[in-house]
Amino acid sequence: MTPALEVRGLRYALPEAGAGRVLVEDLSFTVGSGETLVLLGRSGSGKTTTLKLINRLLEPTAGEVRLAGERAADLPVTRLRRRIGYVIQEIGLFPHFTVEQNVGLVPRLEAWPPARTAERVRELLELVGLDPRQFSTRYPHQLSGGQRQRVGVARALAADPPLLLLDEPFGALDPITRVELQREFRTLEGRLAKGVVFVTHDVREGLLLGTRIGLMHQGRLVFLGTPDEFRSSDNPEARAFMSAA
Amino acid sequence: MNLVQFYAQHSGEVLGLIGQHLYLVAISTGVAIAVGLPVGIVLTRRPRWRGPVLGLANVVQTIPSLALFGFLIPLPLIGGIGARTAVVALVLYGLLPIVRNTYTGITSVDAAVREAGRGMGMTDRQLLLMVDLPLALGVILAGVRIATVVNVGTATIAAAIGAGGLGVYIFRGVAMVNDALILAGALPAALMALAADGLLGLAERRLAWRPK
Repeated sequence: MTPALEVRGLRYALPEAGAGRVLVEDLSFTVGSGETLVLLGRSGSGKTTTLKLINRLLEPTAGEVRLAGERAADLPVTRLRRRIGYVIQEIGLFPHFTVEQNVGLVPRLEAWPPARTAERVRELLELVGLDPRQFSTRYPHQLSGGQRQRVGVARALAADPPLLLLDEPFGALDPITRVELQREFRTLEGRLAKGVVFVTHDVREGLLLGTRIGLMHQGRLVFLGTPDEFRSSDNPEARAFMSAA
Repeated sequence: MNLVQFYAQHSGEVLGLIGQHLYLVAISTGVAIAVGLPVGIVLTRRPRWRGPVLGLANVVQTIPSLALFGFLIPLPLIGGIGARTAVVALVLYGLLPIVRNTYTGITSVDAAVREAGRGMGMTDRQLLLMVDLPLALGVILAGVRIATVVNVGTATIAAAIGAGGLGVYIFRGVAMVNDALILAGALPAALMALAADGLLGLAERRLAWRPK
């Protein structure tokens, strides 16, 4: 079966103004449906850059990204992005949209009939544990941090994208809410059957949520394997992360 | 002769001058919005042009209004004696606050919100219409308000180049050393500025998004 995501020989160097500094080098991996690849690494190791290369917020210097077998570079960029759910740490909910409008954004961009969008929004809010009757008409500033991030996840899932990119989605939450959302996300992963790339610097979070761990160090993938293999790996960077757990 | 008597005797002329004044301000502010808003938007997309364009608008703003009217008179097409020259000058004065506030309003939109919009597959146009402009609207309207209020005041000077408006009474009053006549022009102009400020302030509060 064609994997949800296939990354081959990916490289990204800053344009000449940045003195051509290489941020991502020789990156290759695949993510199947129902699989969660956790990209783990320190700040500046190239994790976020990798996500942005996948949805083309940055254009790769070399290498290719394939989405369910299709070359990402061949798709119109807006169509590509509407097929990829994207959640960032700052969430980036539209402050002037209600919860309902935020979650229904991509369906609206894709010109779904309003009734179908409304139905989908209800379904998704329930999926992420928010009562639609209570939350649909609220604005983001009327929500707690945890509720906002739930809305962020629901919004990313709206058009049922086969691939989900999450960039430290729980990083800004208080510890209790974070653990709560991690647990819920784990249950969600099983039900969604999507390819997921999850970026974090929290090794415990990575081991909890990942079906595989990809460890990034200075722009390169230095380890790729299951959480169990990661725990027993003798890679020095992996050891450093394990001793921090 | 007091003001009330003056208005009673010259009601037709007064209303005509108020009309001229409103016309000067409305046309010039309208054109300033029509030009300034797109220019402000373009600057957010072409940051390299920001310095020169805002610099130029700033320089225009520092030219004393009477001098600017004078400079424009000899120019072909836009110059000459009359309302057209005055409108051109008022447009130039109105541009800076509108361009600057459009630029500032859009660039102060939360970067995470814009990234989320782009990441979810909004086109440039959708990002502009659904995110940038609605979130910047309050700041943009504040710029329109400043431009309008400033132009109500500056338009009184347009009378010096034969453009009419309430400045006619003020200049006549100055020439005749007649305080009542100066007041007859200045008072409605001041009230007009206050009304414009109030109305546009109301629009700002009603239309602009802000966290409650």
